[in-house]
Amino acid sequence: MADTSTSILDRSRTIAGPGYNRWLVPPAALAIHLAIGQAYAFSVFNKPLGSLISGDPAKPDALDWTPTQIGITFSIAIVLLGLSAALFGKWLERVGPRKAMLASALCFGGGFLIGSLGVSLHNIFLLYFGYGFVGGIGLGIGYISPVSTLIKWFPDRKGVATGMAIMGFGGGAMIASPLSVALMTHFKASAPQGVAPTFITLGIIYFIFMQFGVWTIRVPASDWAPAGYVPNAEHSALVTAGNVSADNAIKTPQFWLLWVVLLTNVTAGIGLLETASPLIQDTFSDKAMGAGLGVTAAAAAGFVGLLSLFNLLGRFFWSSASDKLGRKTTYAIYFGLGILLYTLVPTLGHNLQLAFYVIAACVIVSMYGGGFATAPAFLSDLFGKYQVGAIHGRLLTAWSTAGVLGPLIVHQLHDHAKEQGLTGAAAYQNVFYTMAGLLVVGLLADLAITAVKEQYYEKGPVTVEAGGH
Amino acid sequence: MNPQAPNSNAADTSSGGSAVIAWLFVGLPLAWGVSQTFLKALALFK
Repeated sequence: MADTSTSILDRSRTIAGPGYNRWLVPPAALAIHLAIGQAYAFSVFNKPLGSLISGDPAKPDALDWTPTQIGITFSIAIVLLGLSAALFGKWLERVGPRKAMLASALCFGGGFLIGSLGVSLHNIFLLYFGYGFVGGIGLGIGYISPVSTLIKWFPDRKGVATGMAIMGFGGGAMIASPLSVALMTHFKASAPQGVAPTFITLGIIYFIFMQFGVWTIRVPASDWAPAGYVPNAEHSALVTAGNVSADNAIKTPQFWLLWVVLLTNVTAGIGLLETASPLIQDTFSDKAMGAGLGVTAAAAAGFVGLLSLFNLLGRFFWSSASDKLGRKTTYAIYFGLGILLYTLVPTLGHNLQLAFYVIAACVIVSMYGGGFATAPAFLSDLFGKYQVGAIHGRLLTAWSTAGVLGPLIVHQLHDHAKEQGLTGAAAYQNVFYTMAGLLVVGLLADLAITAVKEQYYEKGPVTVEAGGH
Repeated sequence: MNPQAPNSNAADTSSGGSAVIAWLFVGLPLAWGVSQTFLKALALFK
């Protein structure tokens, strides 16, 4: 019994037979990413979790959890995302996507169940352990689980394929946010704020939804290629003809340059996303625009929603465009256009040009999403398909770093500006100029990326589908 | 390299149908989430 269940999960049992439609792979990947993308909607639980004792978010009890305590849960999850992606990448390449996806579903769904126990017992450490630690491992494994498989199925459209999957991570929050609110409303009568039963329900729903990915995913046979595909026909000098292992990849300057590229792009994007709601309300306040003409809290929530949409669209659009433009050029556009827009935004705010301000912010956020989605294809270009999932996992530590660094920079600069007595658009201008400066660093790192030297290539043939010799 | 094996029409139709169902399975929740976000975003233009 145990042998049978193990073998069903083995990589060898997931090799696609003749006639398998490769367009089944992106929905399998999306099933995982749409689920784990819930993490970006965790803030919907902030107020309910902060009023489990008092029952009223406006009048928290002394025993209620503080916003800082609750915020740590998300931080743990994001840090664990990066760490587990880095640690389990090579394991994933060895065992294949099906076993990794199942592990992700167990951890992510299980994290919700443990977290619900923490909520029921009002034990914050159990919440940290469940949603943050166990769930965070599920996030990391799930995020990288379909990437190398997609690249192997779509060597001719790497950007399109990975863009579709990573778009799901952006879309997951859009599903989770209204779903969580509806569930909490439904369960409110049976439990404090309805949070614990909502966690249980979400854990079960996501586990089942992710099973679609687990059982649909297939890896291509080692000699498979799309009809008419000519390997290495790409014009870019950066596209490698060899294969580099994950252990060797981190010894190359290219890996660390790309790490800086991702770090700066994500940190800058977080700078905007972290402050989006107060930013637009402070910049276009009644005081600045005239009585009754300022941006309301509801309109600011609409602004945040609009940014989420562009984050989602950017993941697919820019990553797909990178198939034609080349990865290095695409990142150069992110940084070049980003520097221009980040420098321009404070002026647009100062001149109260709301429409242009919103357009600029949307373009910036689309490139933030695009930066995530273009990275796997860039890694595959530089290091080959051999252990691209594991290398991608290690690269995601840049995301975890940015997740800590971005908010820290934003809050420090904004608090300092307020201490100086600055208000409205002026209170944020140093945030934007600093982010523009970070993008200059990112641009220089991108421009410095050259082809990986042959000394790092694996010697002799490699079994790409097994991730080892 | 072994190009994608040619399939019979029946196999093509079957795998094409599976792909459509698979895309609907993930596309419908995503479309719902996007529509909810879009409705929320409309508040900015009111």
